[in-house]
Amino acid sequence: MLNENNLKRVEELKRRYPTTQALTLPVLWMVQEQEGYVSEASMQEVAELLNVTFAHVLGVVTFYTMFHTKPVGRHHIEVCTNVSCMLRGSEKIMSHLEHRLGVKCGETTPDKKVTLNETECLGACGYAPMLAIGEAYHEHLTPDKVDRLLEGLS
Amino acid sequence: MMLPPSHPDQATKWENVILPPTKDLHKIDVYRQGGGYGALKKALAMKPEEVIEEVKRSNLRGRGGACFPTGLKWSFMPKAGTKAKYLCVNGDESEPGTFKDRQIFEFNPHLLIEGTLIACWAMGITAAYIYIRGEYGKWIRMLERALEDAYSNRLVGENILDSGFTTQIYIHKGAGAYICGEESSLMNSIEGDRGYPRVKPPFPAQVGLWGCPTTINNVETIANVPVIIERGAAWYAGVGSPKHPGPLLVGVSGHVNQPGVYEMPTGVPLLEIIHKWSGGVPGHKGIKAVIPGGSSTMVLRGEALEGVRMDADSLKAAGSSVGTAGLIVMDEDTDLIAVITRIAKFYYHESCGQCTPCREGTGWLWKLLTRFEAGEARMSDVALLMDVANNIEGNTICALGDAAAWPVQSMLRQFRDEFERRTVDRPDDAPVSA
Repeated sequence: MLNENNLKRVEELKRRYPTTQALTLPVLWMVQEQEGYVSEASMQEVAELLNVTFAHVLGVVTFYTMFHTKPVGRHHIEVCTNVSCMLRGSEKIMSHLEHRLGVKCGETTPDKKVTLNETECLGACGYAPMLAIGEAYHEHLTPDKVDRLLEGLS
Repeated sequence: MMLPPSHPDQATKWENVILPPTKDLHKIDVYRQGGGYGALKKALAMKPEEVIEEVKRSNLRGRGGACFPTGLKWSFMPKAGTKAKYLCVNGDESEPGTFKDRQIFEFNPHLLIEGTLIACWAMGITAAYIYIRGEYGKWIRMLERALEDAYSNRLVGENILDSGFTTQIYIHKGAGAYICGEESSLMNSIEGDRGYPRVKPPFPAQVGLWGCPTTINNVETIANVPVIIERGAAWYAGVGSPKHPGPLLVGVSGHVNQPGVYEMPTGVPLLEIIHKWSGGVPGHKGIKAVIPGGSSTMVLRGEALEGVRMDADSLKAAGSSVGTAGLIVMDEDTDLIAVITRIAKFYYHESCGQCTPCREGTGWLWKLLTRFEAGEARMSDVALLMDVANNIEGNTICALGDAAAWPVQSMLRQFRDEFERRTVDRPDDAPVSA
């Protein structure tokens, strides 16, 4: 469950909102930062911590695409394939990644190092094509640039 | 970020006020040296209703897509009452083709904070939530840092600038949902719930966040407020198009040589934005189509762009809308069926599932379009596609249904022949529809 530092953050956050339910998203973010994903056991604990039902927490987790209910690879690569990136060749970037990683979009490499997904528009339309590795945006991609990115992943 | 126009001599002259090219403007000292937080001081010396009046006179219209007059929206907030009042600043920025708010978070965050404070003063609000999409982790941290500096300079919090006015600003991080850019959905998300839009009325100014009076404004809208207070409503109202004035952040993407966000007055011709500001189309190709204001606005044919300007009225007259001013350019070789199929897939993915016409209809649109994309559609599917879109439009709680229907309807109206060419049973001698 949440470490001491995060529990302290929860107490601070309570002052920002008139209800504890409002802390559902911030607390789920803390869980995911700590554990890498949000397990059912964590959801149960979040429900108890915030005095909301398990069903509420499950409903929230499954509504928002950024919360993972299963572990993802050490590096989560998300390739934007929406319209502006598509016009600038995101398809080529995706197939290059599939080829290099040996997995299909939506899969994780057998060594659990990389999960590859497509994603909806990330707000980098003018710097397309782009992908995100976790929170880091990588823009103006070419297959060469993708190769260098992959080489840099530990 | 904002490159200057590639042919500056021929482009509309404009000196940036939202994103000025000042080095390190994100730092509070630099911002204050340039006169930053002066508008706040000025506003605090005015009566709240005078501030609202000034914003009304400026004719500022919301930059989140609906173009609603901001001053009028503010005036809907009750003046008296015992309930708390809230401001939500919408930085969900998820409309495909839109990437302007992130420039404000990165290059001029204090302008946003200052505008938020002025808005709070004008409406008697003591807590504001800036909602930012979860994917913008980097930009959330940038704004957090700026906010910390503003707090430690006693510009936010208790007794701001010794005026006796107290207000708090909080940042709320989303978690991946396009629908949370819809104002009532955004409020549910702040309340810690699934981002389902609410039925209106009641409107947020009466029943908003936690049942209290609430105003929701786009990030760029709020960033315009200090400019209005500093330079005056008369100056602001004289910039660009009279009925939709002011500086506008135009995001250009797709087939142009220099895509990016450009600040310009409203009303610049689309062709000037494409050819002068964004360096033209690669390979000097022709323009087949543009989507002028983000993926949910109606598509326009390339040859119909002459005289069309980037403002609410001109784009409305042309059969589209200004939306978030996210201009997507498609050259003559673009496969529009692939484009519209991808757009339809997006709305199918992002439909919250609350209303049947949208939940089911967006999926039908996408599946039908994949048939066209694969060249397996029948001629009767052309009419079916329009029928499905028509049955979504206007039949849902929020505008996502319309946003899914409009691109399909407009693509069918403007480029019907492209659809017909992808059918298996189109008679060889059939005339190609215009």
